[in-house]
Amino acid sequence: MKEFFAKLLKRAGDAAVKFGKNCKSFFLNLPQNLKKLGINMANGIKNWFLKYINYFKNGDTSVKLSYIFMGSGAFAHKQIVKGITYLGIELLFIFYMIFNGAGAIRGFFSLGTDFQFTIHDINNPNAVAISVPGDNSMMCLIYGVVAFIVIFAFIAVYFMNIRSAYQTFEDSVVGKKPQTFRQDLKQLFDNKFYIVLLSVALIGVIIFTILPLIFMILIAFTSWDREHSAVTGFNWVWFKNFGQLVGSTGLSSTFFPVLGWTLLWALCATFLNYFLGVALALLINKKDIKGQKVWRTFFVLTIAIPQFVSLLLMRNLLGEYGPIMNLIVQAGGERIKMFDNIHLARFLVIVINLWVGIPYSMLITSGILMNIPADLYESARIDGAGKLTMFRKITLPYILFVTGPYLITQFIGNINNFNVIYLLTGGGPFGIYSGKNAPGGTSLLITWLYSLTSAGVEDYKLASALGIVTFVICSVISLITYRYSSASKNEEDFQ
Amino acid sequence: MNQESIQNKKTSMKRRKTISKTTAYIILSVLSVIWILPLIWLIIQSFAAPLGYNENGEPISTYISERLFPEKFSFVWYKQLFTKTQYLKWFGNTFLIAVVCLFLSTFFTIAMAYVMSRFRFKSRKKLQSIAMILGMFPGFMSMAAIYQIFNSVGLAGANATNAGRIFSLILVYSGSAGLNYYVSKGFFDTVSKSLDEAARIDGATNSQIFAKIILPLSKPIIVYTALMSFLAPWGDFIFSNYLLGTNKGAYTVAVGLYSMLDKNNITTQYNMFMAGAVLIAVPATILFLCLQRYFVEGITGGAVKG
Repeated sequence: MKEFFAKLLKRAGDAAVKFGKNCKSFFLNLPQNLKKLGINMANGIKNWFLKYINYFKNGDTSVKLSYIFMGSGAFAHKQIVKGITYLGIELLFIFYMIFNGAGAIRGFFSLGTDFQFTIHDINNPNAVAISVPGDNSMMCLIYGVVAFIVIFAFIAVYFMNIRSAYQTFEDSVVGKKPQTFRQDLKQLFDNKFYIVLLSVALIGVIIFTILPLIFMILIAFTSWDREHSAVTGFNWVWFKNFGQLVGSTGLSSTFFPVLGWTLLWALCATFLNYFLGVALALLINKKDIKGQKVWRTFFVLTIAIPQFVSLLLMRNLLGEYGPIMNLIVQAGGERIKMFDNIHLARFLVIVINLWVGIPYSMLITSGILMNIPADLYESARIDGAGKLTMFRKITLPYILFVTGPYLITQFIGNINNFNVIYLLTGGGPFGIYSGKNAPGGTSLLITWLYSLTSAGVEDYKLASALGIVTFVICSVISLITYRYSSASKNEEDFQ
Repeated sequence: MNQESIQNKKTSMKRRKTISKTTAYIILSVLSVIWILPLIWLIIQSFAAPLGYNENGEPISTYISERLFPEKFSFVWYKQLFTKTQYLKWFGNTFLIAVVCLFLSTFFTIAMAYVMSRFRFKSRKKLQSIAMILGMFPGFMSMAAIYQIFNSVGLAGANATNAGRIFSLILVYSGSAGLNYYVSKGFFDTVSKSLDEAARIDGATNSQIFAKIILPLSKPIIVYTALMSFLAPWGDFIFSNYLLGTNKGAYTVAVGLYSMLDKNNITTQYNMFMAGAVLIAVPATILFLCLQRYFVEGITGGAVKG
């Protein structure tokens, strides 16, 4: 047993060293990789242009015409519906650009010029001031983003039109008949069925994820806050907000401690939950334990209950007048607010998260334990392996192998784990960091972000900058771990 | 080695086994108590008799009571919940959102997963990495933007109707469901492709294969996806709190219950929160326990076979 733990420790150490090396090589290779990426991209763009120049050179008149009048290629081969669709899209786009798009693009760069102002009647001091509505910076930004998306979509359709014109031209040279509209339609439900399914699934993603995300990323480069609101106008400030976060004059004395706690929290929340959950699953799934299903159900109950209920329940259990505090008082202790002490609050948040999270990893590990092929154990037994050896050589690696990706997503999820912190402490105790609207002792980057966007604070520029920083952290971590895990996968082949 | 020492060894091994077994049982029992006791406390508190009535005739909750368990029991809080708050309305709102999301989200997720598993097209890898990158942005970083967008079309903000607010919430929950395709894709990858090929030889198109072969074979993953999309609106607090505004008629259960623990309400509504929580926890638990098998299969299936 002792030897086993020593080995386990050594393995963990090796893994940590490897991870560190990976981090180092990741950052060392970063410039080189970026350069490679840049060269690849430049080559790609070059080839892409060459392709369309060649299309123009080699194509017949209808292909050449379709560079100006979309759908010409289709009309020339009697594909009327297709031609009308392409031409219609072109006309619609031109109309849009003239009546709306051009102004929207201009607004995107200026973020509004004439803002709301009020007119006071000098002769009549009692009259109510009249407010004249003006530009809205936020709307300028949204319309600008929409206009860019429309332009990009149009460019994609435009090149699709050229490709299709060239394709039909090439087909006609060989003597192949052009596809009729009905054939096109039929294809959409057969070998191009993916286009139908994807466009249905992706429309929502574009409107509710990508569009708002682009918008918020852009906000990080503007001055939008309470003083510079959408109606009074804000403008582009480029990297000033990021400078404020990490620079020595701004919020760095708040930002770095919050970042540190966020990472510490994510580490504890992920790995403690995981290993204790695995331990619990191993205990329950021991061969000679009776009523495994019943035991499992006891723990699974907390998963079934909506998380905000169990979190608020825990907050009250440990609150100033909660039963735990009552017990302490009855035992002669002093009544305190446990969540008001930063260290106690942080400890409690991690412990409560164990209560919430262990059942998940227990359930998943149980599923995996039942899935381990029995013949693996059988052949190990024939080879004379003991119980401990089998656990070490089969069970543990198998669990780690299957749950590897799960651990990464868990870690990222915990960096962004808003619910637990917000519902338990609201980010408090406050007053740890100086400044107005400063985050509290258990605040993660994400809860800080949230409080910055709430009514009355409305520091959107800083919130967006924080969001981008969080994203960069998450993506660097997953890139490194992804490389690490894909490397270790090859070492222990389990397929 | 003589007979006796072998016998001794056997009994000592047996003893060791029973000791380890008993320790296991003891640990499990203690842990179970830790996990179950809070839930029992929740149920008991929801039946506690009020400490008295304040000048407005409202029952006083046991929030500041120093007893661990209440002295007397009553149904007052449940009665209050249905007569004094709009709990039924909140429940209805959440149920409506959950059912619509169940269909929309499941469809989006399954469609995306099927495409990624079965089709090979040019931008497939690119789409997959974009989906991964999008997943790394903090979920509600864009919430302020979403709010502004809904505000500009009248689905959120001061002028929105309750129906509009609920509609906006449905759109937010289900709109980007396509991004969570990964687990289902892992499942589809395990469905043998020879089935597709056989059907194609018989003249079936891809849409027919999807509807008549793949979907019927994918019951576990569809149930898992549906269960997840149905449960999500019950547990979500952030988005609903942000988008629904202050009009109580549009609340979901989560927002409504949270408001009961507000500083101004807690002295009279603390136990009402417990009662409301019990009423959503019980159906959720039953549903979950019935479909637990699918839950485990959903999570591990995608990982093991993907």
